[in-house]
Amino acid sequence: YCFGAEFRRFSLERSKPGKFEEFYGLLQHVHKIPNVDVLVGYTDIHGDLLPINNDDNYHKAVSTANPLLRIFIQRKEDADYSAFGTDTMTRKKNVLSNVLRPDNHKKKPHIVISMPQDFRPVSSIIDVDILPETHRRVRLYKYGTDKPLGFYIRDGSSVRVTPHGLEKVPGIFISRLVPGGLAQSTGLLAVNDEVLEVNGIEVSGKSLDQVTDMMIANSRNLIITVRPANQRNNVVRNSRTSGSSGQSTESSLPSSTPNILANFLQGEEESDEEDIVIEDSGEPQQIPKAAPTNESIESLTQIELLHESTQNGFLPSSEMNLNHSAGSISMEYEVQDPDHKSLEDGTIITL
Amino acid sequence: MRRFLRPGHDPVRERLKRDLFQFNKTVEHGFPHQPSALGYSPFLHLMAIGTRSGAIKLYGAPGVEFMGLHEENNTVMQIHFIPDQCQLVTLLDDNSLHLWSLKQHSGASELREEHRFTLKGPPGSPPSATQITAVLPHSSREVLYLGTESGNIFVVEIPSFRVLEDRTITSEAALQRVPEDYCNRRSCELVEALREHPKNPDQILIGYSRGLIVLWDLQNNKVTHHFLGSQQLENLYWQRDGSKFISCHYDGSYTQWPVSSDNRQPEPLENVVPYGPFPCKAISKIYWQTTKNGLPYIIFQGGMPRASYGDRHSISVVHGSQQTAFDFTSRVIDFFIIFSSEPTAEFDDPSAMVVLAEEELVVIDLKSAGWPAVHPPYLASLHCSAITCSHHVSNIPLKLWERIISAGSKQNVHYSNMPWPIDGGTNIAPDPPQRDLLLTGHEDGTVRFWDASGVCLHLLYKLSTVRVFLTDADPNDNMNTLGEDEWPPLRKVGTFDPYSDDPRLGIQKIYLCKYSGYLAVAGTAGQVLVMELNDEDAEHVVDHAEADLLQDQEGYRWKGHEKLKTRDGPVRFEAGFQPFVLVQCQPPAVVTSLALHSEWKLVAFGTSHGFGLFDHQQKRLVFVKCTLHPSDQLALEGPLSRVKSLKKSLRQSFRRIRRSRVSSRKRRGGGGNVQEANAKFDPDALQEMELAPVQRKIEARSAEDSFTGFVRTLYFADTFLRDSSRHCPSLWAGTNGGTVYAFCLRVPPAERRMDEPVRAEQAKEIQLMHRAPVVGILVLDGRSTPLPEPLEVAHDLSKSPDMQGSHQLLVVSEEQFKVFTLPKVSSKLKLKLTALEGCRVRKVTVANFGSCKTDDYSENDLAVLTNLGDIQIISLPFLKLQIRYPCIRKEDVSGIASCVFTKYGQGFYLISPSEFERFSLSTKWLVEPRCVVDIPEVSSNNHVHTRSGVENAYRDLLLSCKRGKQGGTCGEHCDRAVASSKVGCMWQNYLGG
Repeated sequence: YCFGAEFRRFSLERSKPGKFEEFYGLLQHVHKIPNVDVLVGYTDIHGDLLPINNDDNYHKAVSTANPLLRIFIQRKEDADYSAFGTDTMTRKKNVLSNVLRPDNHKKKPHIVISMPQDFRPVSSIIDVDILPETHRRVRLYKYGTDKPLGFYIRDGSSVRVTPHGLEKVPGIFISRLVPGGLAQSTGLLAVNDEVLEVNGIEVSGKSLDQVTDMMIANSRNLIITVRPANQRNNVVRNSRTSGSSGQSTESSLPSSTPNILANFLQGEEESDEEDIVIEDSGEPQQIPKAAPTNESIESLTQIELLHESTQNGFLPSSEMNLNHSAGSISMEYEVQDPDHKSLEDGTIITL
Repeated sequence: MRRFLRPGHDPVRERLKRDLFQFNKTVEHGFPHQPSALGYSPFLHLMAIGTRSGAIKLYGAPGVEFMGLHEENNTVMQIHFIPDQCQLVTLLDDNSLHLWSLKQHSGASELREEHRFTLKGPPGSPPSATQITAVLPHSSREVLYLGTESGNIFVVEIPSFRVLEDRTITSEAALQRVPEDYCNRRSCELVEALREHPKNPDQILIGYSRGLIVLWDLQNNKVTHHFLGSQQLENLYWQRDGSKFISCHYDGSYTQWPVSSDNRQPEPLENVVPYGPFPCKAISKIYWQTTKNGLPYIIFQGGMPRASYGDRHSISVVHGSQQTAFDFTSRVIDFFIIFSSEPTAEFDDPSAMVVLAEEELVVIDLKSAGWPAVHPPYLASLHCSAITCSHHVSNIPLKLWERIISAGSKQNVHYSNMPWPIDGGTNIAPDPPQRDLLLTGHEDGTVRFWDASGVCLHLLYKLSTVRVFLTDADPNDNMNTLGEDEWPPLRKVGTFDPYSDDPRLGIQKIYLCKYSGYLAVAGTAGQVLVMELNDEDAEHVVDHAEADLLQDQEGYRWKGHEKLKTRDGPVRFEAGFQPFVLVQCQPPAVVTSLALHSEWKLVAFGTSHGFGLFDHQQKRLVFVKCTLHPSDQLALEGPLSRVKSLKKSLRQSFRRIRRSRVSSRKRRGGGGNVQEANAKFDPDALQEMELAPVQRKIEARSAEDSFTGFVRTLYFADTFLRDSSRHCPSLWAGTNGGTVYAFCLRVPPAERRMDEPVRAEQAKEIQLMHRAPVVGILVLDGRSTPLPEPLEVAHDLSKSPDMQGSHQLLVVSEEQFKVFTLPKVSSKLKLKLTALEGCRVRKVTVANFGSCKTDDYSENDLAVLTNLGDIQIISLPFLKLQIRYPCIRKEDVSGIASCVFTKYGQGFYLISPSEFERFSLSTKWLVEPRCVVDIPEVSSNNHVHTRSGVENAYRDLLLSCKRGKQGGTCGEHCDRAVASSKVGCMWQNYLGG
């Protein structure tokens, strides 16, 4: 069975969204798939793909719709969980590269521990397989949250093992975590952790100010590699006997992980393609990428995306035009004319 | 991970890069920071200045300059030229002696250190035994006499610095046959002065600090005369014929002593206290110069009455009934008199007095009536009022050049017409390729126009904006208006005046259109003046306009300084640039960006609150745009308001800041000064620093940050803003918060220019999501060439821009370079700097680089200075890093902030408050000193310079670089290595063919 790639557009009373069950039924009805289990997701104001699976997040989704609520529906057994929580729309390359490389992903077993699709990630430990056990690479998802990154760094010194024996070298350390900040809430970073890399670039030899500037420049998608001050909570891998760095040949994790790193880095590459332009005091729009050459996946139209997505279990996407009852939601911008919104160049309205 | 790899090496491009780019620091312009010693060679007509950081600089005829740096970076205490030689000896404060010589290599002379030497006493002797206090290079050119603290005089051979122990003159020997009672009172004296007899090289005069003076016979090793001075001795001077000498003293007196063969213990001829009878300060140096007419010139430093004039830095010139005490603006380091040095001449006939003060060089013409000052062609005191900004304009049309010079010459009427008296050496550098102007804005509201075409940075014209405003400065506050019978007869000389009457006058931005002669300057209190060049004096009213940048934003109160009060009615302006309109920004915050379009007759200006566009033809404000974020209270209040005391005593505070800046800023490579400065730090402050370790907050930039509305850059462009069929004038503005605004302008055609208003409409607003400050905006035409300057095409100096192909917009933020398409804004290319390298863009300019191999190839690239002091060249339009050079130490914040690039790949930055370092990134455009100092006898010995010699020297240079790297302060040492032989680049040229 293969879903067609198509849009369904329908209206919904904004002030009375009703229950999730009803909505789910409505979707199944609209798409004429009454007996298929599907995952429902929507893109929030930050362009993140977030799940809808209960009344709460359904209401949240409706209330944030502005004015369109764009729904993505995936068949449950084919669902790509990893797509959730990433800013699908703005970093299409990332998601798409997952989507467009089905062979990669088909081999990859989904180890679903709980329901990751229910949460928006705020941080993750990545590249566990290629890093020494004593190191930890932490990604902080700043986008989509109002939480400050919330940490401070300082100069310090650490002891390194060199061919000439132990050597004291200058280093950069986390000096303070702001209570309630992203860094603290993740629990993955702690005071006195030594910062080794920022988004793949070693900090050794760089001054505190340089590292500060690098972190701020990468703040929307910050990946820092630390040597935790507390080494007792490290990930223990049976495949590795020591914390030597380098690629393990008998990695216990799928061999596709280097691709994930590449994806992350690509993702970082594109992460700030979110510049906004307001033309003639019109609506703020995301600045698209120019020159639709073959290397530019971003320029793929949404239609293509939907075609491809069938292989990966994407259901036709739905866009709902919400009937906004007077006064219920104050909106700064007028209802978008659906035709004005040029799907051809993948422009996204972000406000 | 591919993007971490270096871009693939294209051998063709790599070769081309070698033909295009080359980094050299070529010359230091301005006045040496913290000079400490002065020397002069009457034989070579060269002057040498030593500094507290160990630099030594030689100056001769304009363009003849040499520089050296002592490796120790210690203060240069004394400089002595070896008579009739291209050599000089320096004494540093670590008691080391250094022999430098000028030698010719590949046609040009170079200054090189040949030997160094530290006098060592016998084991166990106290350091004072060998502490050198006086140096006398003997006219035989073979030996140096070194007077020491112990009173002994050592003789060393040059150039070997071998001590000739048998010729040491001990103080015991000198004291023989001195009356017992005199001797007892004055034991243990240091040697204050050593002077060779002007006619008899076998006799030297030895002055001991407590007053005893001895004439010593070198042949017989014995005293011939004792002069029993009763006052503490400061200095000695021989009269030309050797029959008399003068001693000057600590109590402000000088004494004339006769030297005759019969009296071995002569009495003084006369003892004078010129500014007595009340206690006077010491006379530290004296000249007694004979003239044809019989009246001598007596010239002495100091001697002022202690109580009333003890704080003056004076040198008095007495000639018959004429007497003037030249009153300098800063401490006098040393001075010398230029007089007839021909041994056959009968009289001294002094022609000029050269005075090195701490902050400037002053030369007085002693031949012309009234002793006017001579305008120095170099060593200009750039900091006579602190430099607040600079602006460089390349390739000035001859017409404008001549008009500026003519305006400047009217300002310089009070200078002497004497040709520059220090005229040694020959400048063999090719003529400067073009006429370049460097404009410096100053804190006192002046703009100085410098001829920056060649090696000598020369003041052409000084523009003052003060006249437009009413300031608290008392117009009658003139130091020079002293009555006829004032005593002492003080006369202020020099231009150094660091104290601004009102810091609001400070110039912050300058924009000169070289084609039209329009000039816009903007200042600290939100004032924007538009000026026009007028060759005549004129009196006219300056039109005023206000630009309320807050528009209708309510509820704000500006807590910063007030705007300047303007003068009502017509104001008289001297020939030169004359303001015709004043636009006052409200609130009167400092103007942070300025752009002038002389063809459209528009001026754009920005502050921390917003920006505006003014039509200076119709004298009408076109529009204002508020960029202030509503929550940004800090920007609103004005940065100054946070320091309450500042408001109270603005002026004093600024002075204090200045003073601390002057004292703490050190020249590059000044390792000794760093230590000194560190030592001065309050130990408590240091402790405090240790207790609270430096930490940095890591937080994403947000729209709510302070000063996001600060307008960083403004740019006019004729481009496609709305659609691709019609181009139109446009104004672009970039803010601190990463926002770019574009306004579409409608400028009426020339024939209706005065009838129809200029209209503006906002066409685009781009928000960079990384929100870093936008520091540069540029539009590239259809050929990816930056749009030409206004009127450049009209003057046939540039090709018309390509309006067929699509234009591109380059936005440079502190963190990234981004190229967008136009008119529809889509992102095309980008280069991330900060995310990858941790450095930020401080300055960016388009520069044209020509190939040194072929005349027909040149390309435009971006010259970028980062906050780490590196210079990067980035290609256009593909944003590929071409090359990177370390240029300024990253700690040198003021140096980095002061950097200006030229349009042809050169640049300037301040290495001290008073000096610009000039550098070149181009192989083609290189302005550096190249000169020859000829000396017949010596050149015959030194003519044979083998190539290996050159190579050795170059290897030394490389070695010193390497050593520097190991030492950890690599930048400093490299700097020094480059500085210590700026000839290094010449060698490279030489070796490379």
